[in-house]
Amino acid sequence: MFTACFRTLKVSNKYGLLARYESTLVIAEHNNEIVLPITCNALSAAKKIGGDVTVLVAGNKCKKVAETVSKANGVSKVLVAENDAFKGFLPEALTPLIIATQNQHKFTHILAGATAFGKALLPRVAAKLDVSPVSDIIGIKTADTFVRTIYAGNAIQTLKCKDNVKVISVRGTAFEAVPLEGGSAKCEPAPNGEYKSSLVEFVKQELSKSDRPELTSAKIVVSGGRGMKSGENFKLLYSLADKLNAAVGASRAAVDAGFVPNDLQVGQTGKIVAPDLYIAVGISGAIQHLAGMKDSKIIVAINKDPEAPIFQVADYGLVADLFKAVPELTEKL
Amino acid sequence: MARVLVGVKRVIDYAVKIRVKPDKTGVITDGVKHSMNPFDEIAIEEAVRMKEKKLVQEIIAVSCGPTQAQDTIRTALAMGADKGIHVEISGAEYETLQPIHVSKILAKLAQEEKADLVIIGKQAIDDDCNQTAQMIGGYLDWPTGTFCSKVENNNGELTVTREIDGGLEVIKMKMPAVLSTDLRLNEPRYATLPNIMKAKKKPIKKITPKDLGVDFAARIEMLSVEEPPARKGGVILPDIDTLIGKLKEAGHV
Repeated sequence: MFTACFRTLKVSNKYGLLARYESTLVIAEHNNEIVLPITCNALSAAKKIGGDVTVLVAGNKCKKVAETVSKANGVSKVLVAENDAFKGFLPEALTPLIIATQNQHKFTHILAGATAFGKALLPRVAAKLDVSPVSDIIGIKTADTFVRTIYAGNAIQTLKCKDNVKVISVRGTAFEAVPLEGGSAKCEPAPNGEYKSSLVEFVKQELSKSDRPELTSAKIVVSGGRGMKSGENFKLLYSLADKLNAAVGASRAAVDAGFVPNDLQVGQTGKIVAPDLYIAVGISGAIQHLAGMKDSKIIVAINKDPEAPIFQVADYGLVADLFKAVPELTEKL
Repeated sequence: MARVLVGVKRVIDYAVKIRVKPDKTGVITDGVKHSMNPFDEIAIEEAVRMKEKKLVQEIIAVSCGPTQAQDTIRTALAMGADKGIHVEISGAEYETLQPIHVSKILAKLAQEEKADLVIIGKQAIDDDCNQTAQMIGGYLDWPTGTFCSKVENNNGELTVTREIDGGLEVIKMKMPAVLSTDLRLNEPRYATLPNIMKAKKKPIKKITPKDLGVDFAARIEMLSVEEPPARKGGVILPDIDTLIGKLKEAGHV
């Protein structure tokens, strides 16, 4: 605490302010059309740290996104970097941009969502700054003390970050989303530079198309496991999900068996979700799966094995054959 | 032909239910089954497959940690790695060892061993950091293919399929490069008994962090490790109607 005050004073003097002064850069995640919801969760974490919040929007066509972000509540500045080099959002191109931005503005914190994008990018940035990054935080105690999970969510670690710049990825489900309204930040150009990397080239993306809500931000998630027996049988879950306006997820077993694509995987090494309602169908409840869903508000398990570990975390369990129970549930809803 | 450095970590076995120490300083590791981090097994397997396709000449398995890390290196050798490097770190230094330190060690070794490719798991299942590969890439200024589910090697140009949030992504990279493995990259082989015997004869070089000149200062202070809040036990419902009733009551449907 004393050191924290001391450092605050030092920093404050630099800025001629009495109040504690933190300044955070949030790296916006977007697809050149919309701001991804995780960015709003990261903004909320940034507000919790306190001080100024600047957002960096980089992409090959991102002016519209920058405008949207500038309306977010609590954002004081938006830096825009529109450049063909950022096609595919490659860390090799974005890192030098972030370093140039950091050199200019001297942020105390650099944040992004703990998504495939944030996880690939931030540690590279941290290495360039020679600081130790902090992954996937679920809580902020003070400007240098953070909470995160280890061992597949089976232990909670509180750590104090000693580096002068904190590079942090934020677990989206642990922070409320900041609304993209009520703010009016100024858009400014980010530092110019030659950012194109000759070492790596973006080729293509193959995104799974779905009309259902996005998995990590859905209010209701219906997930299937090995008990679904085939990809064909996942149709039962899609029907149920459509009734509930839910997203569909899967256990690692279901993904490994090829029933559904890997981007549906919920777990330690897949997506972390925390919806209001999680319905686990034919999922035994291995440690690695629980890590991805046990912060859901209500968990329902449908499994024919009464000994399945999933029943130990489920609020409501149904010991039943899913091939009978799921159609019945869908019909009665 | 390429030389590959593979980083392997000894972690508590993935099937073990861990227990937090009563004094909140960490989790209990003594007397607990350990094995190779599952993602690192996939990394070794990928390197061995490249060698079998004659794209790779030599595979060097590296592990940083106490004496027992050698068991993990032996496993890698039994799977097909050619030689091992054990960077011995124990006691207080191991307690505060983090991806920043490991990535500096691996970056140094990649240079010393003239590696063209570094392959490691996308994350260790104990600290769940998912940082080391990206940081090695940062330190070496090498392109980094994270979360790989497919790697094709055409004379030094890698075509990498990555697992991203909405699906898959394909990138092309020039070697030297760093790759981090996702689960779907391959199915690691089991080491056969003859290969385990052969592995005993393969060399493991032991070095200390001092030899590499890496700064081990702790960048993070662990304040506590605690049990997560336990969920309240639920109820088993007799039928679908009761379930629907409960969900309606709570306003979920």
